[in-house]
Amino acid sequence: MLALKPDLILDVGSVNPTYISLADRVQQQTGIPYALLDGRFEGIPGSYRTLGALIGRREQGESLARNAEDTMKTITQRVGSIPPDRRPRVYYARGPRGLETGLGGSINVETIELVAQNVAGGTRGGLANVSIEQVLLWNPDVIITIDQDFAANVSSDPAWAPVAAVRAHRVHLSPKLPFGWVDFPPTVNRLIGLWWLAKILYPDLFPDDLRALTHEFYARFYHVTLSDAQIERVLAGRD
Amino acid sequence: MTRHFLPGFIIALGLLALGLLVAFTVGRYPVTLAELVEVLVSRLAGRATAVPPAVENVVLLVRGPRVVAAALVGAALAVAGTAFQGLFRNPLVSPDILGASSGAALGAVLGIYFSLGVIGIEGLAFVGGLVAVAAVYVIGSLLHSRDPILVLVLTGVVVGALLGAGVGLVKYLADPYNQLPAMTFWLLGSLAATTVSDLLPLTGPVALGTIVLIALRWRLNVMSLPEDEARALGLATGPFRIAIVAAATLVTSASVATSGIIGWVGLVVPHLARALVGPDFPRLIPTAALLGGGYLLFIDTLARTAAPVEIPLGILTAVIGTPFFIWLLAGMQRTWS
Repeated sequence: MLALKPDLILDVGSVNPTYISLADRVQQQTGIPYALLDGRFEGIPGSYRTLGALIGRREQGESLARNAEDTMKTITQRVGSIPPDRRPRVYYARGPRGLETGLGGSINVETIELVAQNVAGGTRGGLANVSIEQVLLWNPDVIITIDQDFAANVSSDPAWAPVAAVRAHRVHLSPKLPFGWVDFPPTVNRLIGLWWLAKILYPDLFPDDLRALTHEFYARFYHVTLSDAQIERVLAGRD
Repeated sequence: MTRHFLPGFIIALGLLALGLLVAFTVGRYPVTLAELVEVLVSRLAGRATAVPPAVENVVLLVRGPRVVAAALVGAALAVAGTAFQGLFRNPLVSPDILGASSGAALGAVLGIYFSLGVIGIEGLAFVGGLVAVAAVYVIGSLLHSRDPILVLVLTGVVVGALLGAGVGLVKYLADPYNQLPAMTFWLLGSLAATTVSDLLPLTGPVALGTIVLIALRWRLNVMSLPEDEARALGLATGPFRIAIVAAATLVTSASVATSGIIGWVGLVVPHLARALVGPDFPRLIPTAALLGGGYLLFIDTLARTAAPVEIPLGILTAVIGTPFFIWLLAGMQRTWS
């Protein structure tokens, strides 16, 4: 790392005392400033503002932070009209068999828990493995996954057939280019991912054009202009 | 010191039956005994069931394969442990001693690392276990010694350590978001994702290995004598050693490929069986198989019902097995003779 001679070390993720002390250590050892930013969803605007101040691009940081806040406010306001216990019950399926999920408050399901009910939310924690029986008992209305094989095979798997989400064909494959929109890893793509989630769960409340939103997001946050074909590829959830 | 065979065998059989009953009726998804009987009867009679399709699904596709797998894996590990404890003449031996679990672990984490499907992961684990033990055996035979058993054990420990380092390396290189949790969960052992298609690659090798070991049950009695005495009794120790190691490794690799690494079953259950029916192998092997199946059934039922999330089997077998084993050790001076 010293050989690379960076001006700043940037770390976005957990800000609990372990990582703070690690950051302090590295900073002392190398003499390079180490910025540790909060990676949680509500922390995104604050992180952008801090980053903007650190690298001398305040206006850009402010504009990105404002954009993130607007997205969150718009979506939570529209969803706010529906009481929490009437929102769709979502199961987040990870892994090739779809049996790993995020418990209540886990960073992997933050955006899901913002707009819907996480069926695994009764227990608080991080990631956990469950059995198909438990999923059958929860009987989610919607399944969100990022694993292509799982999404392709679940409708033909007899063990999953009784699940409400499978019967109603509400198994959705999250986009993941260049990084996941819900998880893998849980970062800023969750902003456009939140629009994607909202449209899936509440199509009547969110008539907005997802393609236009995607185009704008990638232009603003990645400085990349996507063609229509590229947008289709991203939204299809393939690699 | 002889014990009568029948009471011990009946107890073992009863435990397995009780384990099966509990495993089928207890679970996260509520299934009553009446519904269970209805599903099984109508399946056998070939007619449609009166229970809701979700319940039928749970019994036949979800809980059924898992229960059968738990019984088979438990029986397999117990039988392998019994054979090895006799072969190595040591009550502290488990089926992992020749590195079968470490080899299977390396195969499985490599499968997860290269994002293979479930079949690929299980296949690599199975092959890994067999290759590891084959390597240990070949290396052990190349080292000439008056005590081939000791050389085999030492080689197994060394190769197992090397394979463990390999597992550590793959875990280090793995993607921490996706692959590492999957590897960690696999290494702790679980039957959570067992489906009907997993049962065939498990049943075949387990049945084959167990039949071989049962066929060799009388020879096992002789093999558990010191090398010179066994030879003096006219037994060709070399080929039989290979056969016993191969059969036990076959069942162990198939079990580990299906369920991940579950320790302590192969160590504790043979002692339990010995306490019930004595150290004579023709009695010991079937009893150990029944007891092992029942033991793992109870533990697996606990693993999936104690909490909404799965508790890995390896953790439960260690937590339950350790105090149990200490208790057995306390009385061991008397029984191991």
